[in-house]
Amino acid sequence: MRVLVVGLNHKSADVEVREKLAFNGDKLGEGLKRLKALSEVKEAVIVSTCNRVEMYASVEDPARASESIMAFLGDFHGLESASLKRSLYFREDEDAIKHIFRVASSLDSMVVGEPQILGQIKDAFAFGLERKSTGVVLNKLLKKAISVAKRVRTETRIAENAVSISFAAVELAKKIFTDLSNKSVMLLGAGEMAELAAMHLKSSGVREIVVANRTYERGVELANNFGGRPVRFENFRDEMLHSDIILCSTGAPTYVVKKVDVHRIMKERKQKPVFMIDISVPRNIEPAINGLENVYLYDVDDLQGVVDSNMGERKKEAEKAEEIVTEEVETFERWINTLESVPAIVSLREKAEQIKNQELQKLLNKLRLDEKEQKAVEYMAAAIVNKLIHPPTVALKDEMEDRDLLIAVIRKLYDLNGD
Amino acid sequence: MFLRVGALSFEASLILYFAAMLFGFVELLKKSRIAVGLMFFAAGVGFALHTVSIFYRYFAAGHLPITNPHEATSFFAWCIILIFFFLEHRYKVGLLGSFIMPIAFALMVSSALLPKDVRPLSPILQSNWLGVHTFFAFLANASFALAAGVGVMYLVQEHYVKTKHLGDLFQRLPSLQSLDEINYRLITLGFPLFTLAMITGMLWADTAWGSYWRWDPRETWSLITWLIFAIILHARLLRGWRGRKAALLSILGFMSIIIAFAGIKILQKGQHVFL
Repeated sequence: MRVLVVGLNHKSADVEVREKLAFNGDKLGEGLKRLKALSEVKEAVIVSTCNRVEMYASVEDPARASESIMAFLGDFHGLESASLKRSLYFREDEDAIKHIFRVASSLDSMVVGEPQILGQIKDAFAFGLERKSTGVVLNKLLKKAISVAKRVRTETRIAENAVSISFAAVELAKKIFTDLSNKSVMLLGAGEMAELAAMHLKSSGVREIVVANRTYERGVELANNFGGRPVRFENFRDEMLHSDIILCSTGAPTYVVKKVDVHRIMKERKQKPVFMIDISVPRNIEPAINGLENVYLYDVDDLQGVVDSNMGERKKEAEKAEEIVTEEVETFERWINTLESVPAIVSLREKAEQIKNQELQKLLNKLRLDEKEQKAVEYMAAAIVNKLIHPPTVALKDEMEDRDLLIAVIRKLYDLNGD
Repeated sequence: MFLRVGALSFEASLILYFAAMLFGFVELLKKSRIAVGLMFFAAGVGFALHTVSIFYRYFAAGHLPITNPHEATSFFAWCIILIFFFLEHRYKVGLLGSFIMPIAFALMVSSALLPKDVRPLSPILQSNWLGVHTFFAFLANASFALAAGVGVMYLVQEHYVKTKHLGDLFQRLPSLQSLDEINYRLITLGFPLFTLAMITGMLWADTAWGSYWRWDPRETWSLITWLIFAIILHARLLRGWRGRKAALLSILGFMSIIIAFAGIKILQKGQHVFL
C-alpha cells in the first residue's frame, strides 16, 4: 500500500485557481464520495482551506492514481486538466508522508506556525471517518500527523510569538497586564491597523473600548462595529484617566498626546500602568513618555521590530520542527513497510499451524496417551513449529531493500498461495 | 544515632536544593518542561528531608530548633521554600523557582558551615515566647525574602518591556501586573507577621530584661525594616508607588533583614545575639 498526495497551495497556485478547486460546503461530501469511488483509490481524505486543496489517498499504483485523480478534479470543477497540471503537485510514499506531517505541523503554511491548519486537518479527517472514506493506512497516517503536529507545538516554540503588528500589540498587553477582562481600551483616531488591534483586544476580552475620533460620526460608526463607546475627540484627555490601553493612529502632523498630560494623568491614576501603542506616522505620542514610570509606549517601528524578531525566532524553531518531522516520517515508513509483509507472515503462520494440527491429530489417534502426556506432545509440536517459522518471520519484518523479492521467495518455498 | 539521621537528612536536602537550583538555571536559559519537573521534584523531596531534619533537632533539643545560627538559617530557608510552594500552588508564577532556589540554597550553605552542636539554652531563651516570637519573625522574613525575589523578577521583566528587548526570557516571565501583585501580596502577608513578631518580642524583652525596648542593634534594625515595609504599604495606597518603586523598596527591605540577621551577629554587640 502506498501513500499519495495530490494538491495545490498558496505557493503552487494563485487564488483564482485555488478558489475554483476548493471543495466548499456540499461539494466536499460529493467530491470525497467520487474520489473514493475511483478504482485506483483505496482510501481518501480531502483537505480544503483558503490556502490549499489537497487529496490524501492510499493507492496501489501512484502514477495511475495521480492521472485519474487529476482527471476527476478537472471533471468535478469543470477545468481543463492541462491547465490543472501546472498548479498541482504530486507526492508519493516518503515524500507524501513528510508532506502531510509538514502541513499538519504548519510548516507549509503561508505564515509558518499559524495554528488553524491543524484544526482543519482534524476536521478533514473526522469528515473522512464519518463518510468511511479512510482505512488502516490513512487512519494511522492522519492520527500520526496530528500527534506530530502536537509534538512540534510542545517541543518547539514555533507558534508562540506574534507575527503581525496587531497581534504583537495584544501579546505585549498580556505581558503588561495579567487579565485584560477588567481593562479599558481607548482608540484615538481610526487607522486601519489600530482598528485591527482593537478587534484583537476585543476578542481577548477587554472590558470596554472607547473611540475618540476627530470626525465624531466616523467614531460612532467605528464604535458600533465592535460595541464600543464613542466620545468627542476634545474629551480624550479626560477619558485617558480611565484607559489602560491607548491605541493611537490619528492623522495629526504633531504629537497629540504630550508628556506633561500623561505625567499628570498618571498621578491621578495613582500610577496604574498604561500601555500606549502609537501606530501613526508621523508619531502622535511624544516618545519621551516611555521614560515615565508605569507607562509603556510602543510605536510602529518597535512593534515591527518585535514582529521581525519573532519571525526570525519562528524560522529557527521551524528547523527544529523539520527534524522532528523527519524523525517521525522514518518511524511511519517502517510501520507502513511491515504492512506489506503482513499477509505473507499470516499465511506462513496459518500454513504451519495447519500442518502441526494435522500431524498431531494423526499421532494422537494412533497413540493412547494420558492427559499429561498429550499436553507434553502438543507443547513439543508447537515449540518446533514456532522455532522453525521464527527466523523467516523476523526476516520478513526486517527492513531491507529487496523485501518484495524475499516475500516472493518465501511464498514460493513454503508454497503459500497468493494473498 | 538519633541526631545522625537528622544531620544526614539535612545534608541530603542541601544537595537536593542545589540540584533544584541548577534545574532552575537550566529553565532560565532554555524552556524545558523536564527541567521544571525535576526542579520541583528535587525541591519537594529536599523540603521533605529538610522537615525531617528540623523535627529531629526539635526532639533532640526539646524546643523549636532556631536557637543557634545553624538552626536559624536552616529554618529560614525552610520557611522560604514553604511559602514558595504555597505561591506556586496559588499563582503558578513561571520561573519563580529559578529566582528563589538560589536564595534558599545560599541560606542552606551558610547554615551548613555554621557549628551544628545542640547546646543547652541560655536561661533567657527558656521561655514560651521563644516559639511564638521566632515563628512569626521567620515567616515574616521569608515572605519578605520572596517579595524581594519577585521584585527582582519584576525589574528584569520591566527592563525588557521598557527597552523593547522581547526575548526568550521575556516570553516566559510572568506579566508585570502579576509580579507586582504577588510582590504586594507577599508584603501584606509579611507585614502583620513582622508586626506580631515585634510585639511578642517586646513582651518577651519585658519579662526577660524588664523593659520593652532598649535600642540594641537588632531591635533598631528590626524597627528600620518594619518602617521600610510600612512605607511600601502606605506609599502604595496613598501615592501609587507600585511596580518599579515597590520592587526596589522590597529588595531594600530584604537587604535590611539580612543586615539585621547576619550583620549584627558579626558585630557581636548587644544582648540579642543568640542567633
